[in-house]
Amino acid sequence: MPQHDVVDESVAAVEAGLDALDTPTQRRTWSWRRAAAVVAPPVIAAVLLLVVWQALWAAAFWPEYQLPSPASVWAVIVENVQNGQAFDVLWNSVHRAVLGFAAGVLIGTPLGLIVAKVRVVRAAIGPLLSGLQSLPSVAWVPAAVLWFGVTPSTVYFVVLMGSVPSIANGLVAGIDQIPPILPRVGTVLGASRLASARHILLPAALPGYLAGLKQGWAFSWRSLMAAEIIAVSPQLGKGLGAFLEAGRDLSDMPTVIAAIFLILLVGIGIELLVFRPLERSVLRARGLSGAF
Amino acid sequence: MTATLETSAMTTAVRLTGVHKTFGSGRSAVSALEGVDLSVAPGEFVCLLGASGCGKTTLLNLVAGLDRPTAGDITLSTSRPAVMFQEAALMPWLTASRNVELALRFGGVRRTERRERAAELLELVRLAGLGDKRPHELSGGMRQRVALARALASAVQGARDGSPALMLMDEPFSALDAITRDVLQGELLRVWRATNTAVLFVTHDVREAVRLGQRVVLLSSRPGRVVREWQVDGLNPADELVAVEEINTSLREVISSHAAA
Repeated sequence: MPQHDVVDESVAAVEAGLDALDTPTQRRTWSWRRAAAVVAPPVIAAVLLLVVWQALWAAAFWPEYQLPSPASVWAVIVENVQNGQAFDVLWNSVHRAVLGFAAGVLIGTPLGLIVAKVRVVRAAIGPLLSGLQSLPSVAWVPAAVLWFGVTPSTVYFVVLMGSVPSIANGLVAGIDQIPPILPRVGTVLGASRLASARHILLPAALPGYLAGLKQGWAFSWRSLMAAEIIAVSPQLGKGLGAFLEAGRDLSDMPTVIAAIFLILLVGIGIELLVFRPLERSVLRARGLSGAF
Repeated sequence: MTATLETSAMTTAVRLTGVHKTFGSGRSAVSALEGVDLSVAPGEFVCLLGASGCGKTTLLNLVAGLDRPTAGDITLSTSRPAVMFQEAALMPWLTASRNVELALRFGGVRRTERRERAAELLELVRLAGLGDKRPHELSGGMRQRVALARALASAVQGARDGSPALMLMDEPFSALDAITRDVLQGELLRVWRATNTAVLFVTHDVREAVRLGQRVVLLSSRPGRVVREWQVDGLNPADELVAVEEINTSLREVISSHAAA
């Protein structure tokens, strides 16, 4: 068909035109206006909450020991920051949660891989793994106390039981959601099993895995708080949960609310500093950043 | 069929003899291919034409080594064939260039050389300078061209030992709009001439088959068998129309026979 060669140049021009018309347009302008649109709503919501709280306290609907003023809670936080106890308590809890979570990743990742890829294993423990995910890990605290006593082992055990199922299930979901065409591409390109896992399966499963990690962290943190509230002993040192429980023992509502605030702060901080940027870069690279 | 005699006299890139493929077993067994004989010469462009359910894709999967025939032989005198699917099937987390490089990476090519060759291939499919874009930043036609470049990389990589290259294409343009498809058909012909690979191209579009192929092979449906083939190389536009008309008639006959059965 020689006529195609003659019009080759015009074909190139048509093609260039099509490319220009069909290419998805990129909107990626970072402006103060957009930054404000991201920052303003949560700040306004927080301020409103404070105003309502202050108003309710001022109206004195509830006695002071049930609803303290925002200022008294703030005073407790400032006091604990100044005498250093806040940092001790935070460090105690956060380092345990991080260690427990890291162990959870080390156990949950291979477990998830095996469950996803080995049919017998999936049939055998898949349902159990999903079930464990909905079992509140506080339920393990009494058993763990009887097994390990009120020791760090108890805390780590509860954290692991909270995080491992989520991490493993996240990886399983991530692998299950890989479009079947991608491993086939690997096969026709001559990838070995190992190369296919390394260059296709794992990167393709990354978004699901990341979602599992995020949930695994949330469950680690929650489990840790539950364990710290229930299992208090000098051997464990004073974590955020114990700090909260101490507030209850003394009917010291400002301390209780300050503790809840700190627990929340860690949760939000880790989400914003660790998981959000990770997730954003992973999703953005794949063109899935609609949510951000 | 002088064409068949001619090609069998030459060396063949791929030869299928009495290929059967049955899915399932016992009563629920479905015969997808029944005694398919077909050969493709090195550098030849063959279009496999058929209605849905004729086992075109099955046939391509067998040649690609993604599946095994129930009976019969498939002899490849080429290296591992390159495959292009209906969808671009690019890795969404890799840039266009990295996607092309993946074909070379599995072949153990060093990084700098991979880069260079990917850039050359992207230039060949007129995507020079767009190697850093990710699939979601490209249009459907551009993605399919990246897939073409990747298939070429894989074909050329396999053919380094001197064996002829073979590309298997499974309706690669059917998901594209008419103008883009038209342009890409032209591009494929240009690239095919430039690289001299054999192509086995599956389609259900008679026009596409006649425009692209040197030979058009019509498959029957359920089970798939070779019904007829036409030599369509170098036809002038008038003869091309006649060929399209004739092949269309045969295709209709094949499809109508199923209504009677």
